[in-house]
Amino acid sequence: MDWLQQLINGLALGSIYALIALGYTMVYGVLRFINFAHSDVLMLGAFAAFFLAPVVGTIFPAQSYLGAAVIVIIAAAICAAIGMLIELLAYRPLRNRPKLTVLITAIGVSLFIEYTCQHKAVFGARTRPFPKLIPDHNFHIGGIVIGNHDIVVPVVTALLLALLWLIVQRTKIGMAMRAVSFNPQAAALMGVNINRIISFTFGLGSALAAVAGILYAMKSPGIEPLMGIQPGLRAFIAAVLGGIGNLPGAALGGLLLGLLETIAGGIPGISNYRDGIAFAILILILLFRPAGLLGEVKTEKV
Amino acid sequence: MQLGAKRWLFAAVLVALGVSALSGHFNRFYLGVAIDVGISIILAVSLNLINGYTGQFSLGHAGFMAVGGFTAAKMTLLLAPVVPEAAHPALFAGSLFVGGTVAALAGLTVGLPSLRLRGDYLAIVTLGFGEIIRVIFQTSETFGAATGLTGIPKFTTLFWTWSVAALTVYVVASLVNSTYGRGFLCVHDDEVAASAMGISPTRYKVTAFVIGAFFAGMAGALYAHHKQVLKPDGFDFMKSIDIVVMVILGGMGNTVGVILAAVLLTVLPILLSDIAEYRMILYSLLIIGLMLARPQGLFNLRRRAERSPAAN
Repeated sequence: MDWLQQLINGLALGSIYALIALGYTMVYGVLRFINFAHSDVLMLGAFAAFFLAPVVGTIFPAQSYLGAAVIVIIAAAICAAIGMLIELLAYRPLRNRPKLTVLITAIGVSLFIEYTCQHKAVFGARTRPFPKLIPDHNFHIGGIVIGNHDIVVPVVTALLLALLWLIVQRTKIGMAMRAVSFNPQAAALMGVNINRIISFTFGLGSALAAVAGILYAMKSPGIEPLMGIQPGLRAFIAAVLGGIGNLPGAALGGLLLGLLETIAGGIPGISNYRDGIAFAILILILLFRPAGLLGEVKTEKV
Repeated sequence: MQLGAKRWLFAAVLVALGVSALSGHFNRFYLGVAIDVGISIILAVSLNLINGYTGQFSLGHAGFMAVGGFTAAKMTLLLAPVVPEAAHPALFAGSLFVGGTVAALAGLTVGLPSLRLRGDYLAIVTLGFGEIIRVIFQTSETFGAATGLTGIPKFTTLFWTWSVAALTVYVVASLVNSTYGRGFLCVHDDEVAASAMGISPTRYKVTAFVIGAFFAGMAGALYAHHKQVLKPDGFDFMKSIDIVVMVILGGMGNTVGVILAAVLLTVLPILLSDIAEYRMILYSLLIIGLMLARPQGLFNLRRRAERSPAAN
């Protein structure tokens, strides 16, 4: 029964990775660069919830699913705005520059958010306990114990994935996103407002990151300005693992990485190397499938 | 740079020797800064061969530095008590070489997957290798696990640091200016055209990784014997980013610019130590501002490549 327990833990962790990885992969799809600041948006989402929780607690019953949902929605909206703002100020002026320039700018933005938030006038570097958003409840099924958190996380992820799928596949703006991702020039010629689509993509990705940040904070002992780096890095690996730019790939990569990491963490001899395992898996997979699990291998043409 | 490069190297080593002989008269603090600057120059110039000249975006340079540093430090820690005092310089030179060589082997293992990967995929794999190397040192009892190595003998002097720095600059500059070395630029500019001309991109990429890693390993060895303590935490992905920023700031594939950037970025934090809490915020704003205003690098006066580096 122990493996089932591990499986559920891995699924919860993997769902969080998947949510973050979707943001990386969507931005990569439209702009072809890795948004390093994404992991900091996740941190900002957790902090938004931290400051919102006491306020929302006065209106809605504290530690209730309804209150938590309100907090998550407001935090997602705040982060969507922050994501759009980052794109507008830092990335839009670099639209036609080499990708490397944008990548370095992204690293700069990430460092800026981290160090600014560490300053004592902003959040400070210390770890703060994250407030309880939903009541604790354990289910005993057979010999295993499942916390309600481990159920909430995959369910929320599944709902958001379904919503994202609907947006991307069934709405006009989703069609425009796919068009920009396929060929920006052709999309622009067809009357798609590229800047608006890119802005929307950043908003969507950042909102998902905010939700992931809150879910991650609910499980971790506390929140601090550098909390986004580790899950962000893992999600980044997950996105590459699934084939960057590919939405189902990001979800699959995230789940796979979460499961493998949890399982490896449970094996005595290997558990010390847990931090390195994600990368080792990534390198092994890329050796055999250079474009990721679901990515398309493009042949270079002259 | 190419004309009389050997003379420059010779002059640089002589200057280093001369300054080092007088080093007893200098303030120890400034001496330490001068050594830090030398180590940064080695790291930045060697990364410039991989990132700047060959166009392979690598985020794992700190990993090679760690390999060289830990290998060399372990070697001197084991051998220093048994070797007579007089042979210590030879031991140090040996440890520098061994550290560099082991790092070069690590460079070979990272270079090999780069045969199939490019752009962002290569960046993430090099980052991954760097992190794996760090985790291995963090877990390995031989290398002191999370506390790292302490009590490393203080062998690094100004002479050694600046000689290795001069050697790095000499090797990288004369390599890319040689007939053989034009292949690096060729791979950078257009891989398909390079292979059509009979230049094997694979061989050049791996060569760049091996040579770059060798010097990064030497830098790590110098660093270990300068700071006398070595912690795996110090070689995380942030350290790699620092080196990448030096290369970008100096201008990719511009050795002189990269040296100036390495000096600037090592000295600047020390000058700004009075406003330490704003220092890193300023640093990040500098990166963003630079990319918006001067993406070709601060010190790149002639623009060699109009085309995007690390394209595809």
